[in-house]
Amino acid sequence: MKHTLAVLVENSPGVLARVAGLFSRRGFNIESLTVGRTESDDVSRMTIVVEGDDRLLEQVSKQLHKLIDVIKISDITEEEYVDRDLVMIKVAADPGQRVEIMQMANVFRARVVDLGRKTMTLECTGNEGKINAFEESLRPYGIKELVRTGKVAMLRGSKFGSTNGTHADSKDD
Amino acid sequence: MEMTVAEALVRCLEKENVEVIFGYPGGAMLPIYDSLYRFSSIKHVLVRHEQGAVHAADGYARVTRKVGVCMATSGPGATNLVTGIANAYMDSIPLVIFTGQVPTVQIGTDAFQEVDITGITMPITKHNYLLKDPTKLATVVKNAFHIAATGRPGPVLIDIPKDVAQAKIDFKYPKTVHLRGYKPTYRGHPYKIQTIAKLIKESRRPLIYAGGGVISSNAEQELLQLAETISAPVTNTFMGLASFPGDHPLFLGMLGLHGTRYANLAVTECDLLIGIGARFDDRVTMNIKAFAPNATVIHIDIDPAEIGKIVETHVPLVGDVKNILTALLPLLEKIDRSEWDARIRELKEQYPLTYSRTNGLKPQFIIEQLCALTRGEALVVTDVGQHQMWVAQYYHFRSPGTLVSSGGLGCMGFGLPASVGAQIGRPNQQTILVTGDGSIQMTIQELGTMVEQGLPIKIIILNNFALGMVRQLQEFYCEGRYMATNFKFHPDFAQLAKAYSIPGYTFKTDEDVLKTLPEVLSAPGPAIINCLIPPEENVTPMVLAGKGIHEAIEC
Ligand SMILES: Cc1ncc(C[n+]2csc(CCOP(=O)(O)OP(=O)(O)O)c2C)c(N)n1
Repeated sequence: MKHTLAVLVENSPGVLARVAGLFSRRGFNIESLTVGRTESDDVSRMTIVVEGDDRLLEQVSKQLHKLIDVIKISDITEEEYVDRDLVMIKVAADPGQRVEIMQMANVFRARVVDLGRKTMTLECTGNEGKINAFEESLRPYGIKELVRTGKVAMLRGSKFGSTNGTHADSKDD
Repeated sequence: MEMTVAEALVRCLEKENVEVIFGYPGGAMLPIYDSLYRFSSIKHVLVRHEQGAVHAADGYARVTRKVGVCMATSGPGATNLVTGIANAYMDSIPLVIFTGQVPTVQIGTDAFQEVDITGITMPITKHNYLLKDPTKLATVVKNAFHIAATGRPGPVLIDIPKDVAQAKIDFKYPKTVHLRGYKPTYRGHPYKIQTIAKLIKESRRPLIYAGGGVISSNAEQELLQLAETISAPVTNTFMGLASFPGDHPLFLGMLGLHGTRYANLAVTECDLLIGIGARFDDRVTMNIKAFAPNATVIHIDIDPAEIGKIVETHVPLVGDVKNILTALLPLLEKIDRSEWDARIRELKEQYPLTYSRTNGLKPQFIIEQLCALTRGEALVVTDVGQHQMWVAQYYHFRSPGTLVSSGGLGCMGFGLPASVGAQIGRPNQQTILVTGDGSIQMTIQELGTMVEQGLPIKIIILNNFALGMVRQLQEFYCEGRYMATNFKFHPDFAQLAKAYSIPGYTFKTDEDVLKTLPEVLSAPGPAIINCLIPPEENVTPMVLAGKGIHEAIEC
């Protein structure tokens, strides 16, 4: 099963290397990892998607928790959350096909961000399913280049990732 | 007060009550060494190789239960520390390590003697720092000592660029530590502690499996009290040895790969396994499916990540061992278990540790004599190999924390420098290094440090002219194809001793041991005793790969 972890870390040099290094060293497979700063300058937030059973997930979060720079880990998989992934797709587009592609883009609320002589570049945000569908619908035209940011996620409503969620070792007590 | 970072560093170390630093200088460390010279009375021990510095600091930390400190220059100095850092990390030993770094403007340019030591040591330190901002020095040092010594202890490295060391700062040492991501759990959950008390009362065949965590949390007294109160036999992991009296009737010795057969069988038969400060290492459990198959498993550890990592745990309890045992003891009443007791006695009688006395001077005999002569009270340091296992089996430790050895990493070359650190840490305790002819040669240059420091360490080399432990593996797993495990040349170790102005001896017979060992041990100053033992002697019992611990063979 895929799990989504929201991890708050100190915004200090090397922290990404520490987290990524821990995953590779312990043989945990990262599906995606995004990182950026949060509402406070000195805290960054990582959204990490990992595939694995409960036991693996427990090890992952316990090991992550051991890193001094990790402030908080929440497995938000089972919670109500909103998530987004951003994709940019450069697709082959002869002048004759542009209107059609733009109509398609409208359906997905995607935007055209660049036009080349034979290509169009579109941007689209959404959850994984939507992005996959968008990609599929453009595939017949010929995708030249594609880049995705990976998932970012946030709990819904009044819940805060930084104060709710489970503490890695609270499960044991 | 305004001063350079180098000078402030020395003040920080004094604030942390550092008494001794093991180190080796270099260009990138010039400012720091200069301020040690000018401003400090902290003792500096000049080793002969940086690996020696970190192992010595490690040995010092193990016996004093304080944070060990070592330093080395950038580049090659720093990389020479790597093995020792990994060793301390695997055995959870608190160290603070300082390395010099090239000036900040040169970082990333492949400058002379530049290595990314924080990158290299990331997987083998509890935490590390590259100090780029001079004003952060005091906080970083304060944090480093705190992180190294608390929770599950471990090594912390601080890399200091040369220009940062020379920068001027306004020095003030922080009083408190603020690390929002780091809050080890010390108290055990009260409800869980009650559950454990209940399980203990209900169990008929409880067994305590105690590891190095007992020693790091100073809980030897509590462990003894627990075992005696509930009449549970105690088996130690290798790291746990010397946390429980080796001559106690409840003691089963070590378990696992080369454990006693009665310890391994008791684990197999117990109905409650109380794991305390031990991590279910693969050398202990062997085939996991056959490990404690009938037992409810309690696991007490300060590191939550160790719980449930290897074996399924029925009652996990995170916290400091000493705290937890102190809270648990009042909930327990004295229990006698005559049936289980009798069974343990039977196992001990049926499957004793033995060795054959024929065919030359036996290593087991030497260790037995050593144990008798020192009444099990010496500080014993070992290297890695068969000799290490013979010490574990035949030396019955009686005082807490008197075994210093590389457990998790199994690092040959640890012994000599670690005994230097240990002897400096406990100057009044007799320190004996038991090593192998292979291991000693990995860091033999530290004899220079030992003599220079005037340390009266007795070095016993169990010399089988082989890399014995690997030779034994080749006998079992490679049909006796002894590839690269028999030495064709050795220096005469007794002569070598003389070159360092140390008395040297060669023992060939039981007689030599009986007659000369007492004299050598009681003489002041160091000595090297080269014991010629049979090359084909094996460590026994032994659990073969893939087998359960109850299936040990004698070999
Ligand atoms: C640094 C290092 N290299 C290699 C090994 C693998 N190894 C484990 S035991 C051993 C042999 C040790 O020989 P010796 O020190 O003579 O001790 P003995 O086993 O003969 O008692 C070797 C090579 C190791 N543990 N550490």
